[in-house]
Amino acid sequence: MRREVPLVLTAIVGLTMIISHFIPPLNMLKDLFEDWFFIIAAFAIYLGILNLIRINADKVYKKRSDWPFGVVVILGFLLITIPGLFFSGGRSFSDLGTPFYYLYDHVYYPLSATMFALLAFFVASASYRAFRARNVEATMLLVAAFILMLGRVPIGDMITAWLPEGYRMGNAADWIMDFPQTAGQRAIMIGIALGVVSSALRVILGLERAMGGE
Amino acid sequence: MDQGHQEEEKSFWEKLLSIDRRIIFLFITVAVAVPLFFRLSLHIAVTPVAEGVYQAVQSLPAGSKVLVSFDYDPGSMPELQPMAEAFFRQAFRNDLKVIIMGLWPQGPLQANMALEEVFKDKDIAAKNLKYGVDYVNLGYTAGNEVVIDRMGHSFEESYPKDAYGTPIGEIPLMRGVRNYDNIDLIFNLSAGYPGTQEWVQYGVDVFHVKLAAGNTAVQAPSMYPYVQTGQLSGVLGGMKGGAEYETLLGIPGRAVRYMFSQAVSHAVICLFIIIGNLAYFSLRRRRKSQMEVQG
Repeated sequence: MRREVPLVLTAIVGLTMIISHFIPPLNMLKDLFEDWFFIIAAFAIYLGILNLIRINADKVYKKRSDWPFGVVVILGFLLITIPGLFFSGGRSFSDLGTPFYYLYDHVYYPLSATMFALLAFFVASASYRAFRARNVEATMLLVAAFILMLGRVPIGDMITAWLPEGYRMGNAADWIMDFPQTAGQRAIMIGIALGVVSSALRVILGLERAMGGE
Repeated sequence: MDQGHQEEEKSFWEKLLSIDRRIIFLFITVAVAVPLFFRLSLHIAVTPVAEGVYQAVQSLPAGSKVLVSFDYDPGSMPELQPMAEAFFRQAFRNDLKVIIMGLWPQGPLQANMALEEVFKDKDIAAKNLKYGVDYVNLGYTAGNEVVIDRMGHSFEESYPKDAYGTPIGEIPLMRGVRNYDNIDLIFNLSAGYPGTQEWVQYGVDVFHVKLAAGNTAVQAPSMYPYVQTGQLSGVLGGMKGGAEYETLLGIPGRAVRYMFSQAVSHAVICLFIIIGNLAYFSLRRRRKSQMEVQG
């Protein structure tokens, strides 16, 4: 039963969502299933929080490897949750000037932006080591990347200012984006869509074993 | 060239190829940081995809309702926040009514930050915009693309209350807004999932809403097919997209200012790629000639 019930539920919900698109009266059922989804999605957030606390508290309690990071996670969680829940005016917690907003603006934002900004350094280092014109395909990729990197910023047009307008590096970058890139993206999107249809059918028909936790 | 000199030159290329990455990091730090101290007015070429966003907003008559979905977090702020600010500026200058929502929990906070910046604009401050009348923040709702789908039938079912707990039926701006039929344009700022792709699949394809988007530079290329097919009115890609939008508005902001930094860092990366390839080919040629000598 532990395997069959989820499979039957998945099949019913999946088929209803597809069929309701073609048979409008079934929208009532679709709406009902969507309500369920909203409730599950909201609870999933609480479940995620509890899981985060449980795993890190366990790590700290048993002094597993890197347990001090667990302390940082729990303290960080409490540091932002308590001011948000109790000292930031309830529903107005996200307003300017509240303690929660202060922490968001002065702690979370700089930390998050820093993590993302590190990409620039790794991209530069990886480009230096990996972008090699080893063969025709790699050379094409290299040339396209080169044109895009310079053409998407004003410097590209500046160094090709001697060329007639319409033939500068910015125009070349636009052409790459509009034609070869778009054609490639479309092919990838069609491929992904076919893959999604096939996996969705496998899930609905109960052929996808990973869905049953196997 | 004697053997010793050749050995020395070979070791130079090899050293160059195995350069410590911290040296590359140092160059990038300088390339990104130093230009931020200069205020150069660079020429920003506007692409048709960016102009599509501007025209989509500009073509709306005063009083039109636009829905803005903030689907990003602070990690993508340098790219998307200038777009958000420029969008608010254009919308408020044209007397559009703005409904804010978020499919990412941090989204509505990002909207508040953008509003704070935009309200410093004297022209906009003079309009004395009122919350609930000229703009409203519906907050975040969990559910990803299902939220988009459900809003096509009823906004109230996805967002019964705004971010401050006021039932949306009591908000003047939301009166008469039942679903997408009552929205003139949707503008989506997206850094991933759920984002523009889901808005196209569930909003545009099913409910035929008019959609424009601002994306991170990584995500923007995958939106070009949607622009070509007309599913998207236009797309702003990365900081360059933000700079184009600011240029179109005639209000150069942070994106235009940061373009110099981005231009220099791109140039430095290109320079490293050239040096890397020179070293690679030089070494390859040398190894080939050594193999020929050895027979």
